[in-house]
Amino acid sequence: MTPIHEPLSEEAAARLVQVAALSRTPLAIRGGGTRGLAAAPDGAETLSTRGLAGIVAYNPAEMTMTARAGTPLEVVEAALAEKRQMLAFEPCDLRGALGSSGIPTIGGVFATNASGPRRFVAGAARDSLLGVRFVNGRGEVVKAGGRVMKNVTGLDLVKLLAGSHGALALMTEVTFRLLPVPETATTIVVSGLNDAEAAAAMATAMAMSVEVSGAAHLPESVRGRFAGGALPDGTATVLRLEGLAASVAVRSQKLAASMARFGAVTHLDAETTARLWREIRDVAPYADGTPRPLWRVSIAPTAGHQLVAALRLEAGVDAFYDWQGGLVWLRMEADPEAALLRRYVKAVGGGHATLLRARPEVLAATAVFEPQAEAVAALSARVKASFDPAGLFVSRMVG
Amino acid sequence: MDQIGFLEPRPAVLARRREIVADLLDLLPEGCLVHEPRELVPFETDAFVSYRRVPLAVALPETTAQVAAVLKYCHRYGVPVVPRGAGTSLSGGAIPQEDAVVVGLSKMARILEVDFANRTATVQAGVTNLAISDAVTADGYFYAPDPSSQLACTIGGNIGMNSGGAHCLKYGVTTNNLLGVKLVLIDGTIVELGGKALDAGGLDLLGVVCGGEGQLGIVTEATVRLIARPEGARPVLFGFDSSEEAGACVADVIGSGIIPVAIEFMDKPAIEICEAFAGAGYPMDVEALLIVEVEGSEAEMDAMLASIIEIARRHGVKVVKESQSATEAALIWKGRKSAFGATGRIADYICMDGTVPLGQLPHVLRGTAEIVEKYGLRVANVFHAGDGNMHPLILFNANDPEDAARAEAAGNDILKLCVDAGGCLTGEHGVGIEKRDLMRHQYADVDLAQQMAVRAAFDPQWLLNPSKVFPLEGRPAA
Repeated sequence: MTPIHEPLSEEAAARLVQVAALSRTPLAIRGGGTRGLAAAPDGAETLSTRGLAGIVAYNPAEMTMTARAGTPLEVVEAALAEKRQMLAFEPCDLRGALGSSGIPTIGGVFATNASGPRRFVAGAARDSLLGVRFVNGRGEVVKAGGRVMKNVTGLDLVKLLAGSHGALALMTEVTFRLLPVPETATTIVVSGLNDAEAAAAMATAMAMSVEVSGAAHLPESVRGRFAGGALPDGTATVLRLEGLAASVAVRSQKLAASMARFGAVTHLDAETTARLWREIRDVAPYADGTPRPLWRVSIAPTAGHQLVAALRLEAGVDAFYDWQGGLVWLRMEADPEAALLRRYVKAVGGGHATLLRARPEVLAATAVFEPQAEAVAALSARVKASFDPAGLFVSRMVG
Repeated sequence: MDQIGFLEPRPAVLARRREIVADLLDLLPEGCLVHEPRELVPFETDAFVSYRRVPLAVALPETTAQVAAVLKYCHRYGVPVVPRGAGTSLSGGAIPQEDAVVVGLSKMARILEVDFANRTATVQAGVTNLAISDAVTADGYFYAPDPSSQLACTIGGNIGMNSGGAHCLKYGVTTNNLLGVKLVLIDGTIVELGGKALDAGGLDLLGVVCGGEGQLGIVTEATVRLIARPEGARPVLFGFDSSEEAGACVADVIGSGIIPVAIEFMDKPAIEICEAFAGAGYPMDVEALLIVEVEGSEAEMDAMLASIIEIARRHGVKVVKESQSATEAALIWKGRKSAFGATGRIADYICMDGTVPLGQLPHVLRGTAEIVEKYGLRVANVFHAGDGNMHPLILFNANDPEDAARAEAAGNDILKLCVDAGGCLTGEHGVGIEKRDLMRHQYADVDLAQQMAVRAAFDPQWLLNPSKVFPLEGRPAA
């Protein structure tokens, strides 16, 4: 059992990093511990943000919040719900799919850039993050960004820290922007399309000026696992519209009329819509209690179905699509097939595949993050060294 | 007015000037190197015209490989490099220095691919911002960031400065609309960051390259997001008796859950200047004017505007004027977008770009008026109120050095006021040289040291745009 440090203040965290630097003790940064990727390797100690919790400032009129990194996501979301505001990027909760426990933290959300269905139109976690305080590998407390929406003062270190998976620094405090919760939402379901037809239908929907805020395709193998079986028979291509009730009504009519030429169209009410998109966000069909390999593939939207079609010829695979087809959730039947998958990702135009779940020994032996081109990897290693010259923070993503 | 310093030119580089020119002529096709002193003059400054430095030479490469060859050469011989798009920077981001080779991207101005199914466009860095929207408008799409200089400014420059514009309130700035770049590092290495997928794996290097002000590498190609053009758009004018009421109205509209595409603010001096120039039909008997633009179908716009008008009435709105035709709508925007040019016709001005939290708008507007009065100058305020990005235009007489110095001092005081109110020095124009020496007001030394360490990870010898962004004192030894 490796030691777990839970500093109760930013200063204490900085001192702890300074001490670790002196003894050259590697540190594995952990938020809620829900990802399972942060398991400390031999000789490393865990540095947890759990003691750095609490909302520091919430200004609903300016639609910004500042919270310490270890603040549970549910605490943030409860405070926002009171003022009918939300995180635009719909952070996902993968505990079901990963079979992990722990309490997701707001720092962990930004450190993993965890972004759900609305990401493809409203931006990712990184686009909502306005400012960060962090402890770098020298044990220095540094701030980057601020609390205003538009800020180009100096290098945008905020973007670098978002999604850095603990490779660069310990985030201690995050400031992020918020959006009002839409007055209402509805989902248009187009039934019976195959993957390629669905890609065409979704591209058509996105070309219309109706502001689709969710576009997913749920093949027959997973459709029944959503919304308590409320989706009609066959495959379901689902398109979400949100906003003022009057506006949603107008747009939904227009969208339904256009989609009718692709397949049978039905509508979901606001309540079912909320449930459906939560389940898409959290990868509900693969919350199956198994360690079968689970991949998250980010790719050009029209390439998603091509990738899956190619893989099906060579491996046992099940899949569904979010982000208009640009986010593919893949469950392999047996082996992760990392090499095969990454070869096909390249072949259909490039993207990246992250292995989120597998048996522990497989997870340990596989490159879970997409390997990068040599020059990019070298540059990333130099950037890591600029935050963490001694390589104190253990990371599977960089170096 | 020449108070902002540049790095001393490297004597070793100046001494080799003739050889450097000869070598670059070998590396580039004919007509791709400017080196005659007279022909270098047009490159001596950008839109921050108070400062000028004639560069050693200007390379105008036609391909990424040529950019790489020039950078590799400059890296090898320790020659500073200043990247240049269209030279429209308001902060001096493209002003060269005597020992630098300017790398201009004007010959790389082709749109390489438009992919409607994936809603992306891949373009060379010298393509103008507006040319992207023009190329896709017939198919019902547009590229969202819209800096006022969009007719001239290039996408490469937009990426360098992470440019914004009036419509960013809804669609975000450049960094939120950029999917990938081809980037040449200072040693000539060509890397690709991102692509058509929404996320790139690994560290978000694209995120720091965007807004890197040409210090991290030279972008030669970019893949950007396209968005379906809304069915319609309608700007509405709201006139108020005070800036405070207008500011409070902005905060309430934003807080209500309606996101207009744009909320622009003008105070009385700005209204008068713009109306005299554009004849946009702005009300003249008010102290503050908001231009609020909504988009969608007619029914949607009606619904949104009804809600906004109701909010405005709660804040004592005096005049509400909806545009009745496309011509009227275009005039309303013409007035706003020509604000800088129209101001330039009546006086010299410097344009500030601080951003403040929305709740601080009335406080900062009052403070700005006090500062300008203290220096015996005038100010016109015209800015992106929805995201708190202020643009006070400080009017002065450039022929009077004392007046100019007073204007620069007033500008510095206003930016400090913005930072002290919880905001930042620059929302969309960039630091350049203009705000470089104020960076320590916003950042502690340790914050700047971390940024400079990242900069050095890309460019260890500090050759790329070296006089910009970071105060000249306190830099690490290269």
